[in-house]
Amino acid sequence: MFDITSYIITFLIGGAICLVGQILIITTKITSARILVTFLLLGVVLEGIGLFEPIKDFAGSGVTVPIIGFGASLAKGAIEAGASEGVLGIFTGGLSATAGGLAAAILGGFIFGVLCNSKTKK
Amino acid sequence: MEDNTRNARYNAYVESKMAKTKPWPSLFRAFWVGGLICILGEVIKDCAILWFGVEEEAAGTWELMILIVLAAFLTGVGIFDKIGAYAGAGTIVPITGFSNSIASPAIEFKREGVIFGLMAKMFVIAGPVIVSGVCASVLVGLIHILL
Repeated sequence: MFDITSYIITFLIGGAICLVGQILIITTKITSARILVTFLLLGVVLEGIGLFEPIKDFAGSGVTVPIIGFGASLAKGAIEAGASEGVLGIFTGGLSATAGGLAAAILGGFIFGVLCNSKTKK
Repeated sequence: MEDNTRNARYNAYVESKMAKTKPWPSLFRAFWVGGLICILGEVIKDCAILWFGVEEEAAGTWELMILIVLAAFLTGVGIFDKIGAYAGAGTIVPITGFSNSIASPAIEFKREGVIFGLMAKMFVIAGPVIVSGVCASVLVGLIHILL
């Protein structure tokens, strides 16, 4: 808890993942939507082959804050619910595990969408 | 005439030099801003566990939700775009980029109406992310059941 070493690891790993994203942007002129989808799918695959959990234990928020963590949560939810509830679980598990983040993002987008006005419009 | 071709050649020369040196600062900026956002997340998680007695897994969800709402707020007041212009992938790759991709078109397309503007255009980038994520996760879950 509040361990400086773990913060440094979080910083380095999280920064490195963003660095990879920036390299992709520079070298391939990839759009931000493609970046998000690519990293999300990477997270799903890493969780699927069981590599994400050991990385998460090591890097903490360094991998859960990047969108990779969101993909991993989707996959983890589907895998765990699939194991306990069968076929229904693989449909309900992913979105259940990520429902908090999704609802916050949608609600936040809606509220600030209503309250705020575009800066470029004026 | 002579001067024009010389200027053109000089501009091309300058541009060739700029293209080589410009990416490096942006890599560094993406690195430190992205890393800092992850540390902020870790601090939020630690505070949730220590002060509010939240369990580890729930604290992880709170962490993402707070970062998401914070990013939506910063998008609304116009600060996020400035940080994004500075940090590039440093703000896109973390969950803040996902939140920004929802809040930004919501604000931008409000003038086209609440239903077909704000609510529909909200998902112009987040939609593909959710679709690909859900499809891939169902597939991964299916593979795990079959194996």
